[in-house]
Amino acid sequence: MMDAIAPGSDVRSDLSAIAADASGERAVGRPTVYVYEAPVRICHWVNAFSILVLMVTGYFIGSPLPTVAGEASDNFVMGYIRFAHFAAGQVLAVFFLTRFLWAFVGNHHSRQIFYIPVHRKQFWKEVLHEIRWYAFLERKPKMYVGHNPLSQTAMFTGFTLFVAFMIVTGFALYSEGTGIDSWQHKLFGWVFAIWPNSQDVHTWHHLGMWALVMFVMVHIYAAVREDIMSRQSIVSSMISGERQFRD
Amino acid sequence: MGAATETFYSVIRRQGITRRSFHKFCSLTATSLGLGPLAASRIANALETKPRVPVIWMHGLECTCCSESFIRSAHPLVKDAVLSMISLDYDDTIMAAAGHQAEAILGETRVKHKGQYILAVEGNPPLNEGGMFCIDGGKPFVEKLKMMAEDAMAIIAWGACASWGCVQAAKPNPTQATPIDKVITNKPIIKVPGCPPIAEVMTGVVTFITTFGKLPELDRQGRPKMFYSQRIHDKCYRRPHFDAGQFVEQWDDEAARKGYCLYKMGCKGPTTYNACSTVRWNGGVSFPIQSGHGCIGCSEDGFWDKGSFYDRLTNIKQFGIEKNADQIGMAAAGVVGAAVAAHAAVTAVKRLASKREDADHNS
Repeated sequence: MMDAIAPGSDVRSDLSAIAADASGERAVGRPTVYVYEAPVRICHWVNAFSILVLMVTGYFIGSPLPTVAGEASDNFVMGYIRFAHFAAGQVLAVFFLTRFLWAFVGNHHSRQIFYIPVHRKQFWKEVLHEIRWYAFLERKPKMYVGHNPLSQTAMFTGFTLFVAFMIVTGFALYSEGTGIDSWQHKLFGWVFAIWPNSQDVHTWHHLGMWALVMFVMVHIYAAVREDIMSRQSIVSSMISGERQFRD
Repeated sequence: MGAATETFYSVIRRQGITRRSFHKFCSLTATSLGLGPLAASRIANALETKPRVPVIWMHGLECTCCSESFIRSAHPLVKDAVLSMISLDYDDTIMAAAGHQAEAILGETRVKHKGQYILAVEGNPPLNEGGMFCIDGGKPFVEKLKMMAEDAMAIIAWGACASWGCVQAAKPNPTQATPIDKVITNKPIIKVPGCPPIAEVMTGVVTFITTFGKLPELDRQGRPKMFYSQRIHDKCYRRPHFDAGQFVEQWDDEAARKGYCLYKMGCKGPTTYNACSTVRWNGGVSFPIQSGHGCIGCSEDGFWDKGSFYDRLTNIKQFGIEKNADQIGMAAAGVVGAAVAAHAAVTAVKRLASKREDADHNS
C-alpha cells in the first residue's frame, strides 16, 4: 500500500521533536496524521448506532417478546419495535449513501472501504503479511495511515457489501408494507424477482444480520488490538480523526 | 358445450328474456350510466355481436382442487360464469363429451378461434422422461399444452401448481414438474396462485377478461394486482394484536382463545400475497386465520419447501444440517466470538513474552 510508512520516512521525522517544561519533564512529540475527515467520522458513528438499533429490533421482529396483556388498543409494542427498525434502517441508508458520495469528495482514505485493488500484486502481498501478523508469524506489524490491506478487504466485503445487501433487502421487505405502488417497491421490488417468495428474503435478511454481528465482533476486536499492538491510535482516531504513531 | 360461437344476446334469449326486455335493459343501462342517446343501440349491438370468450380448460399434474374451488364461486355464481359469461368449450373433468369427441374440440377451437381463446391450465407439465409422468389423451401433457398455447390469446395459470409448481415440484421433484411460465414463454400468462385459489378470485379474473376484453393488470410476478397486491397480513383482522405484541404462544393457551396474532405459530400471512383476509372463503364465511390456524402461504412460490408450517423462521437445509437463520447465525457468531477470545488470549501471552524479552535485552 502506498500509505505504508517506511521507517525513517517524513512521518517519523519529528520523533526527535522534544521539548522540556520548567520542571524538566520532557514532552514527547509524536507523529500524527489526519486520516478520517469529519463526515467520515459522523457517518461511522451514526451507522454504528443505527446498526446496533437495527440488530436488536430486527431480532425482536423475527422472535417477538412475550405476549403483553391487556387490550390491543392499549399496546403497541411490535409497532414501536418495527418503527425503530424502519427509522434506523432509513437513517442507515441515508448515511451509508452520504458516506459513499463522500468517497468522491473526501481524501484518499475515505475511498478505501469501497474497493479492493484486486489487480495489484503488492496489495495481496501485504494482505498476506497482515494475515501472518494476525497468525503470530510476524514479529513487527507494518504501519499504515489508513486501513491496512487486510482490514480494507474486510471492510469492503464484511461491511460495505453486507450493509448494501441489508439496505436493498430491507427496503424490499419494507415495500411489502408500503405497497406495490410505492417508490420502495419500484426501486427494490426486483429483489422478489430473485426470490419470488418473500419468506426467502426474510431468511437472507436474517443471515445478513448475523454476518454483520460477526463483522462487528471482529471489527471492534481488531481495532482495540491494533490500538495496543501496532502502537498506533485506532479507536480514538475515529473520534478525533487523527492517527498517532506511538513509536 | 359445443364450440359454436355464441353471443351474449343468444345466451340472454336462451334464458327466456324477450327481445323487448333486452332493449329495455340496454336503454336503462345507457341512461343510468349517463351515456348519450346513441349508447343504448350501441350496447344492444355489442351484446348481439360480441362473441363470448372461448375457454379451453386443461388439467396437467394436479389434484383438481382448483376446479373444486371454482365451482363454489358465489359472486358471480359459477353457473353464470360458465354458462353465460364464457364459452367453456373444453374441460375434460366436467364436460359431457369424452374420448375422441372431446379431443376433437381442441383442434376445432384452434382453427376456429385462432388467437382468440383463453387457455386455462390447472396443474403443470412434468418434463422428466419426455413428460411421460402425465399422459393425457395418449400424449404427454406437455405436448398438448404447447400445442394449445400456440394459438391462445392468453393463458391463465390456475393455482400454485401452474403458477409455481406446488407439491409435485417440491424437493426433490422426481417428475420435474414445471410451472407454466417456464414452459410457455411467448404468451401472456396470468398467474392465479393458491392451493386452491379463492373461488371468487378465479371467477373475478374470468369476469374481468370477458367484461373489459383485456387482461387484468399484473404485478411483477404475473399475478393480477387486484387480488394479489397485498399480503394476508396487511388486511388481517388480527393485525391489531400483532402491532400490540400479543401473540398466540401455544395452540391451547389463553391467547389462542382470545384470537391473538398467530405470527409466533408460524403464520405465513406476512409473506403471503392473496385475498383471503378480504374476500375470504366459501362465500365470505371464513378463512384459515379466522378459524384459528395460521396461513400456510399456499399461494407462494415453493411453500412446501420452506420448513414447517408452524415455524416463523424458515429452516435452511445445507451441509446436512437443518436449522433456521437465527440458529445458524448464533452458532457462527459464537464461533467467531470464541475465535476472537482465543486470539486475544494468545496475543496477551505473546505480548507478555516479548516484553520480558525486551526487558532482558535492556538489562
